[in-house]
Amino acid sequence: MALQAIAFYLLAIVTIGSGLAVVSVRNPVHSVLFLILTFFSAAGLFLLLGAEFLAMLLVVVYVGAVAVLFLFVVMMLDVDFGALKQGFARYMPLGGLVAGILAAEMIVVATAVATGGAASGPREPMAALDGLSNTETIGRVLYTDYVYFFQAAGLVLLVAMIGAIVLTLRHKPGVRRQVIADQVGRTAESGMRSVQIKPGEGMGE
Amino acid sequence: MDATTNFWATPGGWTLLAVGQIAAVMIWILLSLAFLLLADRKIWAGVQMRKGPNMVGPFGLLQSFADFLKFVLKEIVIPDGADKVVFILAPLISFVLAFGAWAVVPLAPGWVVSDINVGVLYLLAISSLGVYGIIMGGWASNSKYPFLGSLRSAAQMVSYEVSIGFVIITVILLAGTMNLQTIVAQQGGGFWNWYVFGGGLSNLPMALIMIPMAVVFFISALAETNRPPFDLPEAESELVAGYQVEYSSTPYLLFMIGEYANIVLMCAIITILFFGGWQAPFPTPFIESWPATAQSFFGFMWFFAKTVFFFFLIAMVKAIVPRYRYDQLMRLGWKIFLPTSLVAVVLVAAWRVFGPAQGAI
Repeated sequence: MALQAIAFYLLAIVTIGSGLAVVSVRNPVHSVLFLILTFFSAAGLFLLLGAEFLAMLLVVVYVGAVAVLFLFVVMMLDVDFGALKQGFARYMPLGGLVAGILAAEMIVVATAVATGGAASGPREPMAALDGLSNTETIGRVLYTDYVYFFQAAGLVLLVAMIGAIVLTLRHKPGVRRQVIADQVGRTAESGMRSVQIKPGEGMGE
Repeated sequence: MDATTNFWATPGGWTLLAVGQIAAVMIWILLSLAFLLLADRKIWAGVQMRKGPNMVGPFGLLQSFADFLKFVLKEIVIPDGADKVVFILAPLISFVLAFGAWAVVPLAPGWVVSDINVGVLYLLAISSLGVYGIIMGGWASNSKYPFLGSLRSAAQMVSYEVSIGFVIITVILLAGTMNLQTIVAQQGGGFWNWYVFGGGLSNLPMALIMIPMAVVFFISALAETNRPPFDLPEAESELVAGYQVEYSSTPYLLFMIGEYANIVLMCAIITILFFGGWQAPFPTPFIESWPATAQSFFGFMWFFAKTVFFFFLIAMVKAIVPRYRYDQLMRLGWKIFLPTSLVAVVLVAAWRVFGPAQGAI
């Protein structure tokens, strides 16, 4: 248990520290790198809870795909650090208000959880289904009790995907595209023709 | 005897044991890599009717060690405008991740550093992290070619991860578990039980799907590890050497070892998922009476032989296939592999539910 406590505090400190660094470092690329570290240590916290499936999924989805795209976009941006600093004072009151409301809400929720929720006292963990790993348990719950919500979430993602495609897809006229089938199906007869060209006239194509 | 078992159960002994296992696996992989690197060059040379490295040691066997010394003894050059911390961090990340993935690879019966329930997902997670080493290296170099190379690499690796994921799902569906040691154990008793043939004679029709899936996995593995014909991030004729341009000495060595460790890892994954891992291709009732260590060595021999065979295939691909153009690479990944593997997942799932096994796991 002592080892688990050490691991928890280490991961928690790294999570919070890198989370702070995300918003405080100057270079946006460093910000994203710290964000990745935050995700990664959060996955470690999941592992400590025994939720190995969620931990791995967090790494695969957020670190492996989402954060790569973040990094991709941020690296391509030409960020002017001076301009970034300029708006700081102007947006400070509004940002402070939002941050204050968020903090108050989080404190209310945290106290509610501490007094009446899961953290109010030692509880028996929910009995795992006999002989099943937590991957199988999640699968059973997801595809029985919550199948409609699960499918609906999938549809939301589908709509978002179609939206992104509709917004960015444009057909430029006159662009010659590679048609692999045409290239493969080309023979000496179809790829060549012999013409008689009179001097000074050209082919007139 | 009692005292020793107790010692290994204490935190100190347990840590010592884990570190010892990790060190053993790492040293074994590094030693194998030294000779696989040479094999790669020798095979390439052989196809082109050259001799390849043949000066250091008998048949050039010690060439990799000479290269190693050369890399380590040279000066580390960091470009002027480079982001120094990220620049040094990038090869370290590549190296650490490439070896971290080996933690769950079952080398032989009972030989695995960490036998976890989500081994397959762990491999997927670690290999999806591998892109950061390259992307950070390219960005931190503060130079055009490395940056272009790293952008290509990021897009390429993210694209092919999708089809690799789907191919792995087909195997998980057949196996019913994500524990790699169990996946291998289920493929015992002969080559017809390997998942490339559907896993067992009753699943033989699945071979029609699983053989193409193994091929898709092999090709995606080439793209995932930036090997020819998909070595566009390096593309020495266009980008000089892509993200590695500014790297010299030990950081470059770390990148290169990480890259080759990843290639061998992919070979090992193909072996485990499709070709029975440490299982012999024929029934082996005669080893039942052997001591456990001898059985493990027998299994390890098969695992090693199969992995080296796939490394040979990858080396041959490098020698005989010309490089893809970038748009063709993306077309192959998104328009061919992704739909194919998606259909395969649906078909395999349908077979599991409606086939003779009737959903039994």
